[in-house]
Amino acid sequence: MIELYIILILMIIAAMASIYIEDLLSSVIALGAVGFGITLAFLFLKAPDLAITQLVVEILSLIILIKATIKSNRDINKEKNYISYIFLASFFIIAFLYFGYKAISELPKFGFPITKVSSFYIREGLNKTKAVNLVSSIILDFRAYDTLGEAIVLFTSVVGVLSVLRRNNEK
Amino acid sequence: MKNNGGMSIIVKRITRITVSLIFLFGVYIMLHGHLSPGGGFAGGVIIALSFIHLVLAFGKDFAFRYFNKTLAFFLEGLGGILFLVISLLGIFIGGIFFLNFLPKGSPFNLFSSGIILASNFAIFLKVGAGLFSIFIALSLYRLSEKE
Repeated sequence: MIELYIILILMIIAAMASIYIEDLLSSVIALGAVGFGITLAFLFLKAPDLAITQLVVEILSLIILIKATIKSNRDINKEKNYISYIFLASFFIIAFLYFGYKAISELPKFGFPITKVSSFYIREGLNKTKAVNLVSSIILDFRAYDTLGEAIVLFTSVVGVLSVLRRNNEK
Repeated sequence: MKNNGGMSIIVKRITRITVSLIFLFGVYIMLHGHLSPGGGFAGGVIIALSFIHLVLAFGKDFAFRYFNKTLAFFLEGLGGILFLVISLLGIFIGGIFFLNFLPKGSPFNLFSSGIILASNFAIFLKVGAGLFSIFIALSLYRLSEKE
């Protein structure tokens, strides 16, 4: 459990670094450190399916972000209006901490989930679907409707990107 | 990456060896989605990454010579339609959406678990072709912006 907290602290440091570094490429690399930290956290929480998916999607998004930022090094104009920044930041931090505390105190304790529906999946998943990987049997058999929605979301995003970039594409 | 001919000769030689291995690994992840961690989504992203690897190493000219835009769009639509057809066949055969109507076989076999393997294949086609078309569209956009 201690290694999970170390990874979480490193991810917070990397996220702050990606905000405060002025060079865009270094900022993107620090953002990648956050993503690979999530991959390690999934591995420590014993979720290899999510770890594989997070790893490959992180690599893909890093390639696209690096290709977008490697040529352009824009100057970030620094404004000196610190007082309004401090006021806004403290307001949002206090609001986030308050609502986060209210929401998290309602959740079941970490490591002891309420498994009313999913205990049925765990007991009967192998008999009903004959799939050894229980995650696969849930997302493609018991909860396949969710996967259909996810596929539609991906299709919509692909169509959106291609139609926005179409005029430059066709020439 | 000054000219559009890609990277140096070392990268090109190594890419010729590794790209087929990455492709095979993606197909393995997809085919064994019901036996080991992975599945159609991760396999599709790995396939798209193998093609992106090829484009990054060999440059845009190579990519535009061999990349077929219509084929990628066709494969993406085919994956989506295949997934919908699998879900709708459940209604026609058994009356339940996403009914597992194929024979299930025995556990730990490659051809087992009914529609899960077919759905993995459909999602694999869809995600691989879709993400690769997004990458190609973004690179094309940058190329035409420079001219």
